[in-house]
Amino acid sequence: MDDPRTPALPAAAAPALSGATTPHDAASVLDAALLVLERDLTLALRRRGQLVQPLAFFAIVTTLFPLAISPELARLREVAAGVLWVAALLASLLALEFLFRDDAYDGTLEQYALSGQPLTGLMFAKTAAHWLLTGLPLALMAPLAALSLGAPPGSVPGIVASVAVGTVALSLIGSIGAALTLGIRRSGVLLALLTLPLALPVLIFGARASELAIHGESYLAPLELLAALAVLGITLAPLASAAAVRISLE
Amino acid sequence: MREHCRASLIVRIAILSQLPENFYFMPREGLEVENLHLWRGERHVLRGIGFALPRGGCLHVAGPNGSGKTSLLRTVCGLLYPESGRLLWDGRDVHQDLPAFHSTLIYIGHEAPLKADLSARENLRYWVGMRRRIGRGTLEATLQRVGAAAWSERPARTLSAGQRRRIALAALSLLWVPLWLLDEPTTNLDTEGQQLVGTLIEEHIARGGLVLAATHHELPLRRQVQRLELMHG
Repeated sequence: MDDPRTPALPAAAAPALSGATTPHDAASVLDAALLVLERDLTLALRRRGQLVQPLAFFAIVTTLFPLAISPELARLREVAAGVLWVAALLASLLALEFLFRDDAYDGTLEQYALSGQPLTGLMFAKTAAHWLLTGLPLALMAPLAALSLGAPPGSVPGIVASVAVGTVALSLIGSIGAALTLGIRRSGVLLALLTLPLALPVLIFGARASELAIHGESYLAPLELLAALAVLGITLAPLASAAAVRISLE
Repeated sequence: MREHCRASLIVRIAILSQLPENFYFMPREGLEVENLHLWRGERHVLRGIGFALPRGGCLHVAGPNGSGKTSLLRTVCGLLYPESGRLLWDGRDVHQDLPAFHSTLIYIGHEAPLKADLSARENLRYWVGMRRRIGRGTLEATLQRVGAAAWSERPARTLSAGQRRRIALAALSLLWVPLWLLDEPTTNLDTEGQQLVGTLIEEHIARGGLVLAATHHELPLRRQVQRLELMHG
């Protein structure tokens, strides 16, 4: 395992450590946030099981409906938007539990809080990583599920857009719940109870946008409302989850 | 005139580069803790703790298990809020600007905050990189110094408790912050590792740094340091 470029020296002969934390080599908030993002993505790729779980859940739920209701595409088309969105909401809830849990156990969150960097920015980076790992794949999978539920191919852009924007809001809302339930063992049910009421507007507007897209009508109005919710989330949710994380560390 | 300006600038740079490196970042006065009281639920954990830790000072917090050593460290670093008492850093109350105070300290709990699926080197890069840009050379030199060069590519999950400790020591020396808060720094380390802790602490206080170490063992230092004995809460 010895690296030939770095021959082992006795500890005493090692040179004095160089450099001091002067303002020029202090990491900026952006550096820190990007590192948090990179770290979470790297970790998720090393542990793919956790990554696949919500996606598999989404795929299973949406394929079970045709079996339970009827294989008639005309009837399925009526419920497609609702099925898609309920499945997407539950799938993103499923992934939420892992958002901060591991970091809380191994002391990473503590180091984040003590880093001198604004915790809000780091929480935002963590939530962004969470969306990239669950929301975005869900948005990319949604058209497949929609097509199998009888949605016309023309509805694909609308469905992708609504799920992509909606899951941004869901990740952010969920991050508050996940941070609030950090100190609690088996927090899954409580997390769902906390998050679902807040997520209802996203469900309503998201399902509406998808439905309009499936019927070939303009889905811009609900999509814009979804985007407004996402922006509201981006502004407020990291603040709230940072505060909740601080409390959990006490 | 212009020549003169340039000359004086060069002189100034020359002076600056000759200053000791601690000129930039070590505190003037240090840390002062006054009459700290902390309650955890029904338990009165810290009962009027007070001490002053000047520049280049080291305080050994001793006491049996459950006497509040960890609580004291966590209160000093601002994770726990004391019910009463004051924490002054260079004469200013730290609770007025916690982020600024946090950027002057590193706290290492009894478990090093490492990700099991990342290698030792990656763990260090993410941990330290959040606060300070570090070059590859510095990282390599530090890994070697703490004796981690041979296993720095292994995932942290495969490392022993002592090896994980050594990674924490590497973070300690890479961050270059003035205030070190160490919880049981020598636990799980072999004799050589314990000596390394002692050397790091001695170097740090020699350059004006401050160390607050909580342990019920003796600190592996060659000279006597201040000692704060905590009683059962």
